[in-house]
Amino acid sequence: MSTSYPTTWRRPPQLIKSARLRYAIQFAIALYLAVAIGTLEVDWARVAAGLERGGRFAAGFLQPDFVSRWDDISRGLVESLTMTLTSTVVGVLLSVPVGIGAASNIAPAPIYFVCRSIIAVSRALQEIIIAIFLVAMFGFGPFAGFLTLSFATIGFLAKLLADDIEEIEPGQVEAVRSTGASWWQMVNYSVQPQVMPRLIGLSLYRLDINFRESAVIGIVGAGGIGATLNTAIDRYEYDSAGAILLLIIAIVMVAEYGSSYLRKFLQ
Amino acid sequence: MTTTDTYSAVWQRRTPRKRLLIWTGWVALVALFVWCWQLMTENTIWAFVTDAPRQAADIGARMWPLEWGYLPELMGPLWDTINIATLGTIGGVIMAVPVAFLAARNTTPSATILRPIALFIIVASRSINSLIWALLLVAIIGPGLLAGIVAIALRSIGFVGKLLYEAIEETDRRQIEAVRATGAGGLQVLTYGIVPQIMPAFWGISVFRWDINIRESTILGLVGAGGIGLKLNASINTLSWDEVAVILLLILGTVVVSEWVSAKLRRAII
Repeated sequence: MSTSYPTTWRRPPQLIKSARLRYAIQFAIALYLAVAIGTLEVDWARVAAGLERGGRFAAGFLQPDFVSRWDDISRGLVESLTMTLTSTVVGVLLSVPVGIGAASNIAPAPIYFVCRSIIAVSRALQEIIIAIFLVAMFGFGPFAGFLTLSFATIGFLAKLLADDIEEIEPGQVEAVRSTGASWWQMVNYSVQPQVMPRLIGLSLYRLDINFRESAVIGIVGAGGIGATLNTAIDRYEYDSAGAILLLIIAIVMVAEYGSSYLRKFLQ
Repeated sequence: MTTTDTYSAVWQRRTPRKRLLIWTGWVALVALFVWCWQLMTENTIWAFVTDAPRQAADIGARMWPLEWGYLPELMGPLWDTINIATLGTIGGVIMAVPVAFLAARNTTPSATILRPIALFIIVASRSINSLIWALLLVAIIGPGLLAGIVAIALRSIGFVGKLLYEAIEETDRRQIEAVRATGAGGLQVLTYGIVPQIMPAFWGISVFRWDINIRESTILGLVGAGGIGLKLNASINTLSWDEVAVILLLILGTVVVSEWVSAKLRRAII
């Protein structure tokens, strides 16, 4: 009795079992890549010329210059930080009613559709595009940035809050309602205690996101550190630009660790 | 029967001390908000702010008959935008994989030197928006698609790297041990023990990032990194809001389609 066992083994394919489909997809990908790279127009001479500049930027990043443009940098940072806080507070205040209205289990149907469409509009448009419009309407400066971030916060926070409210324990709502509580008392005593920890966590997370975004919307004139960075790069002052980028990275890291610590502490 | 008198008629959830603490916290937040608000609006020109409804009505009126004739001209830039997102995602994923393996606690070759470096790469890439990467790269390698692709790729490293290294850390140890027990070397453990476990997560993350990248690459042109954003910038600069409206609708349509494609693909994978 000698059965011949195979001495080699090939791992079976994991995602797409049919060999023909697999080859077809691989071929399609290769074809797409060939066409895409073919239509790519790259000015290699310009790239080569830019590498020297890239080296200077890397040097600027390693030897950042915080001092010579400190006035501009500190003004940009103050604008960014104040914009972040005020827009998060206002955004959270606005997104709580929208979020409650967008929860299908506690809101009537007409209000549900209105609130869900507010959320959809806010989520579909990117911060930078909203910022372009608001700068055109409200003029340059951090006020337009504040409005942009507040509006963007609604889309993020109200959606997550509404989804959270929809998933609450219905028994508690039932219990509070059976004591004869009104709608407001029901929200206050059965919904709010269940979603509050998550709402606080999401608000802190959004604070963190709003700071990152505040660094970007300055490029289109909405104030903040992004405007300072844009100016520094336009002036080819790579050491100042490096300093600004390092500051952004440092603040984002502090915000990320701080908010995750706070969230752990609060929950 | 004097003990009944000590019970309060109204139920309170928290002790007075706790209520005072929470109340102080809220007052502090309000004070901070007012202070920040004053700092922020120091230089705001309120005449512009009160003028905003009129400006909005003006822009809205100028958007109206939409300039649909502009649409065919936008197809080339749209193709560029999709290429920026796709090629950028591929580049980012290729760079993110080694970073993720260096950053995961169970696969990193040295926890003291290489892991912090990998984590710093991830944090740096995540905290700088793709638009800022594009701004830098346009200054360095010149305007065009390449700057956009590299910006998207650099930005994707952090996102893909972070999610992938978390997936690697969550792999089932027993499967890895089983492969190791057959006498497999380090590379064989990687390909037969770890890679099969993270493959669905890997494809899911990549497709998800591709979806985000489509969204981000539509605006990279604002700083000169190619794609449909270039057209958007040109139309905004000439204040032709009817063209801007068409471009925005096209961007919206592209984003919705990419979101649908990515949702379908992810459902098929996971």
